[in-house]
Amino acid sequence: VNDLPGGPAVNQLNLQPPVTKIAQEQMWLHNMMLVLCLAIFIAVFGVMFYSIFKHRKSKGAVSANFHESVKVEIAWTIIPFIIVILMALPATKVVVAMKDTTNSDITIKATGYQWKWGYDYLKGEGEGIGFVSTLDASHRALSDSGHPGQVDNYLLKVDNPLVVPVNKKIRIITTADDVIHAWMVPAFGVKQDAIPGYVRDTWFKAEKEGDYYGQCAELCGKEHAYMPIHVKVLNAKDYSAWVDGEQKKIAAKADDPSKVWTMDDLMARGQKLFDSNCAVCHKADGKGAGQFPALDGSAVVKADDHAQQLHLVLNGKGQMPAWKAVLKDSEIAAVVTYTKNAWSNKTGQIVQPAEVVAERAK
Amino acid sequence: MSVVLDHTPGHGHGHGHDHDDHHDHHAPTGWRRWVFATNHKDIGTLYLLFSFTMLMVGGILALCIRAELFQPGLQFFNPELFNQFTTMHGLIMVFGAIMPAFVGFANWMIPLQIGASDMAFARMNNFSFWLLIPAALMLVGSFFMPGGAPAAGWTLYAPLTLQMGPSMDAGIFAMHIMGASSIMGSINIIVTILNMRAPGMTLMKMPMFAWTWLITAYLLIAVMPVLAGAITMTLTDRHFGTSFFTPAGGGDPVMYQHIFWFFGHPEVYIMILPAFGIVSQIVPAFARKRLFGYASMVYATASIAILSFIVWAHHMFATGMPVTGQLFFMYATMLIAVPTGVKIFNWLATMWRGSMTFETPMLWAIGFIFVFTMGGFTGLICAMAPIDIQIQDTYYVVAHFHYVLVAGSLYALFAGVYYWGPKWTGVMYSETRGKIHFWGSLIFFNVTFFPMHFLGLAGMPRRYADYPMQFADFNALASIGAFGFGFMQVYFFLFVAVPMMRGKGAKAPQKPWEAAEGLEWEVPSPAPFHTFETPPKLDVTATRIIG
Amino acid sequence: MSATTTHGHTPYYFVPGPSRHPAMAAFGLFWVILGAGQWINGHGWGAYALLFGLVWWAFILTQWFGEAIRESEGGLYSDRIDVSFRWSMGWFIFSEVMFFAAFFGALFWSRGYSIPTLGSLDNALLWPDFAGLWPSVSPGATASPAGTVEAFSTMGPWPIPTINTALLLTSGVTLTIAHHALIAGQRAKTIGFMWLTVLLGITFLGFQGYEYFHAYHELNLKMNSGIFGSTFFLLTGFHGFHVFVGMLMLLFITLRLMKGHFTSERHFGFEGAAWYWHFVDVVWLGLYVVVYWL
Ligand code: HEA
Ligand code: HEA
Ligand code: CUA
Ligand SMILES: [Cu+2]
Repeated sequence: VNDLPGGPAVNQLNLQPPVTKIAQEQMWLHNMMLVLCLAIFIAVFGVMFYSIFKHRKSKGAVSANFHESVKVEIAWTIIPFIIVILMALPATKVVVAMKDTTNSDITIKATGYQWKWGYDYLKGEGEGIGFVSTLDASHRALSDSGHPGQVDNYLLKVDNPLVVPVNKKIRIITTADDVIHAWMVPAFGVKQDAIPGYVRDTWFKAEKEGDYYGQCAELCGKEHAYMPIHVKVLNAKDYSAWVDGEQKKIAAKADDPSKVWTMDDLMARGQKLFDSNCAVCHKADGKGAGQFPALDGSAVVKADDHAQQLHLVLNGKGQMPAWKAVLKDSEIAAVVTYTKNAWSNKTGQIVQPAEVVAERAK
Repeated sequence: MSVVLDHTPGHGHGHGHDHDDHHDHHAPTGWRRWVFATNHKDIGTLYLLFSFTMLMVGGILALCIRAELFQPGLQFFNPELFNQFTTMHGLIMVFGAIMPAFVGFANWMIPLQIGASDMAFARMNNFSFWLLIPAALMLVGSFFMPGGAPAAGWTLYAPLTLQMGPSMDAGIFAMHIMGASSIMGSINIIVTILNMRAPGMTLMKMPMFAWTWLITAYLLIAVMPVLAGAITMTLTDRHFGTSFFTPAGGGDPVMYQHIFWFFGHPEVYIMILPAFGIVSQIVPAFARKRLFGYASMVYATASIAILSFIVWAHHMFATGMPVTGQLFFMYATMLIAVPTGVKIFNWLATMWRGSMTFETPMLWAIGFIFVFTMGGFTGLICAMAPIDIQIQDTYYVVAHFHYVLVAGSLYALFAGVYYWGPKWTGVMYSETRGKIHFWGSLIFFNVTFFPMHFLGLAGMPRRYADYPMQFADFNALASIGAFGFGFMQVYFFLFVAVPMMRGKGAKAPQKPWEAAEGLEWEVPSPAPFHTFETPPKLDVTATRIIG
Repeated sequence: MSATTTHGHTPYYFVPGPSRHPAMAAFGLFWVILGAGQWINGHGWGAYALLFGLVWWAFILTQWFGEAIRESEGGLYSDRIDVSFRWSMGWFIFSEVMFFAAFFGALFWSRGYSIPTLGSLDNALLWPDFAGLWPSVSPGATASPAGTVEAFSTMGPWPIPTINTALLLTSGVTLTIAHHALIAGQRAKTIGFMWLTVLLGITFLGFQGYEYFHAYHELNLKMNSGIFGSTFFLLTGFHGFHVFVGMLMLLFITLRLMKGHFTSERHFGFEGAAWYWHFVDVVWLGLYVVVYWL
């Protein structure tokens, strides 16, 4: 493998190369601590090993009798105290800078889901854009295979990276839908827990264009290792172009929930959605695994009355996440239709977005 | 000396109290001796055997983790099972291996060290031990429940715990029971120390091990109930509709973390203070010089304990605290380096101009000081809030706490086993084998855990079943080290512990260590079943019996 | 050590002989946790296992305590043991204080931090309609952020909690009178006031049972009434449980008094139960102020 720029390098020893002021400061603090600790370590253990070599019985050392000295004891209380304060001072400055999330150019909400990230551009250029970012399904499959091979961005490749402009202050608001996740990008020196029901924020201002990677850093269930973060930092022009493109896509995609779809369209769309959202647990062949139930042959899936399945998909239950905030009506219609007709479930039933709308209203 | 020689010499363990006229004082034999035990030494032995078993179980889980992480990709386990391994490894090591091991030491040594006949409440003492059995059965048994063992990490963070299967409840009840056991055990230790000391054994003459345990016991009774509260709230959230940790009902997942870490941080000192005590006994014995700065050792221990109550949120820097919170917890945490430093320096000063020999207990003690300090320094680095933002929840933290827990707590336990083992069993261990065990463990320990610092700095998150390619080499190295370390412990068990327990080896003298001080060396080896049935008369230093 | 002492002499140390009670009590608790864990997950047999475990455990405890009482009455407990009991009871009560501290902490955290934060401007992103007021039934407040909690009313201090306060305070007084009577050697008076104390405890529990009934049926205040219901029921519930345990202690002490146990000089069993009762009393005052009044 090769080093991954913006991500880990092969056998990297220290923090990732910083691309924000904060990350630089952290790197500096860390190096300072390393030097200080190493110095203390050498001093302290220099003394110890000197003593071990000199004051050993086999060399004829006879033990002295002292066992107290208020003077030295006060000294080695005060001196470490001063050292610790000297260490804490520069850190204080960085803490204050780190927490200052005011005056951002762009505000983006990052929502942790089991197991993907949802991004919504709330303020600034790009406002209104929103998408979900999931680990590339082929990487997940590589992991299962046990022999992933030499892939540079293994487990870090997502379908839709977060895109931001360079040299702009980006405020990230984190929250979560189910359990706690953490949004981290080492190169930016950013890590912020995403807590369900609460919002927290952090910020970064990337000073170099490029791709930067991070991973979910709070245990969030079985696919914890598979919800990476990929941030693409573009120059102002490219960013504007990207925003333009996204907004056009939104306009095009804005689907009308009263539209009536054909079976083929729903199945095609449903399969894509199933593979990227549902297959982690229920498996691509719908057979489920362990505590995750099989959909193939499931009575609920095959039922003529769609209400129970729609309710489950929308609201979740136990480990089954709620999808109502993640997927649109037409998407839920598509994926439910897909489960009703894929594998051996050839029920021939079609679920239209209108039904989803009705179920949501209940 | 008559106090201890009531019994015919050679009548070591377990039999021969035929002169006892009281009907239920015939020391029972066979399984009854152990199950119905009220003797502090027998109960201590039970604790030690239990904790070693749990160390094996937890260690095998660790090896499963390391086997899966040997290479990128999932080779052996699915991620769900992997999380169960991580969780159970942490829980079993903390609550099953390290804590009971120290209680075992307390049981064996504290009555001997302070000249008491037994623990203050002998039956409750046995109850504390036997409570661990149902708890351990429930914990280990949870692997076989539907959905498998709890997989939310040993910290059991809500709301992930709310998603877990039935085994979570088994785990919660098991922890309740272990908490009750710890509280009873601590009360016993406190009362024994405060009320059962032989005349002349003033608090400030007490051996350091007893001191550190006294302070640890206070920590335990202060924080175990808080843990019980936290997991009880988890339980009612799971089953009885409360919303302590559910925002939809007005609760807060972060509140769980505050309550948990109010327990959790003192908990890590619970696992290190008795270790400090053991090392403080061993270093003077082999330096042939009195412990330097006894009084400041006591004050330092107490300061660490007190400070430990106001630093808990250093585990939560990434949850998004206000600036003032981060600063407060950062400063308070870093302060702990000061009293801990005092302890390190006092040990150094004890060695300084001593007349040192390096038998196995001393090697482990020096190994402890050396490697624990590295763990302390990485702790300090974690305590710097801006750096912690980078390394929180990465392998750097895993490296930190294994340096303090394995090279700290576990090393001190081994040191203690070699130091007091002859007193327990009446048999000397083999010095060569002890040294092989030490050097093998020291090397493999560092091979296992040193590379984890690099992994963490480079950004590898913990509790990951699979990881990016770039982390492969260090992970492979760590896995190799882990298996080596595991084999060293198997070696210890087969070639050191088993022979000692079976009485194979040179007979231990009453005081195997030339310069060891303390009442435990005033009784024969192995220590007779009953000791100090009437309080011994002590000399002025309270280290020798004069009548 | 009792073994080396002839009967009737109080030993310097008392170390009981081997005992089967601890291991058997632990065996009972195994069934308790196994049963409870299975029962709440919908396995009916768990209830029987739980019940079996509890009965077994209670049975062993009576044997265990019975033995301890015989030892105590047999004069095997020296003054030193008495001091040991004092230390242990004191620190046990301290651990109970810490247990309640966790729940009081939860109450303060939710009132002082989570509810206001959930209703803050930043959080309007997630819960636009939630006004973060405590209790969540005050004018203008919504019961819970997600609107999943049914409307309920809170339990005010009047009248039941106030009556209960009076009951507990009175019971503290009657208990003290009983204690003085015991010291003065007036056994009949002691027993009378002890029964009164126990009765006050039972009355307290009766009122609390009624209060819960009232909460569930008239105020619609339930365990699942959001964070208010959670803290309310767990704090008052655990307190009630402690009242129950303290009442049992006092009851057994009373029965022992009637059997002629304890002397005017030595009666730590009595005092320990009294300490516990006062602790329960103090916790109640805390509850009365922060749960019902504020
Ligand atoms: C035995 C257990 C033990 C001990 C003793 C310690 C000791 C310390 N720990 Fe550690 N810690 C853990 C067990 C322990 N820890 C565990 C289990 C976790 C992870 C829990 C989890 O998340 O699962 C953890 C996590 C942890 C974190 C959170 C990391 C994170 O999750 O991001 C932090 C942060 O502040 C921290 C700090 C410290 C500090 C400052 C000390 C100090 O006490 C260290 C003091 C010692 C020294 C500093 C060395 C000796 C001193 C000198 C030689 C004097 C001279 C020195 C100077 C002047 C600098 N620890
Ligand atoms: C308290 C003490 C303690 C001890 C002693 C250990 C010991 C070890 N730990 Fe521990 N560990 C924790 C406490 C401890 N750990 C905690 C609290 C966590 C956090 C959990 C969490 O995240 O929730 C953790 C997490 C943790 C992780 C991170 C897992 C993850 O994030 O996913 C790893 C990974 O390498 C690890 C490895 C090891 C290893 C290799 C050992 C070795 O030292 C073990 C050595 C092995 C043995 C002693 C066993 C010997 C027996 C055999 C070898 C038997 C062989 C048998 C046959 C061949 C039949 N531990
Ligand atoms: Cu999401 Cu870990
Ligand atoms: Cu800590």
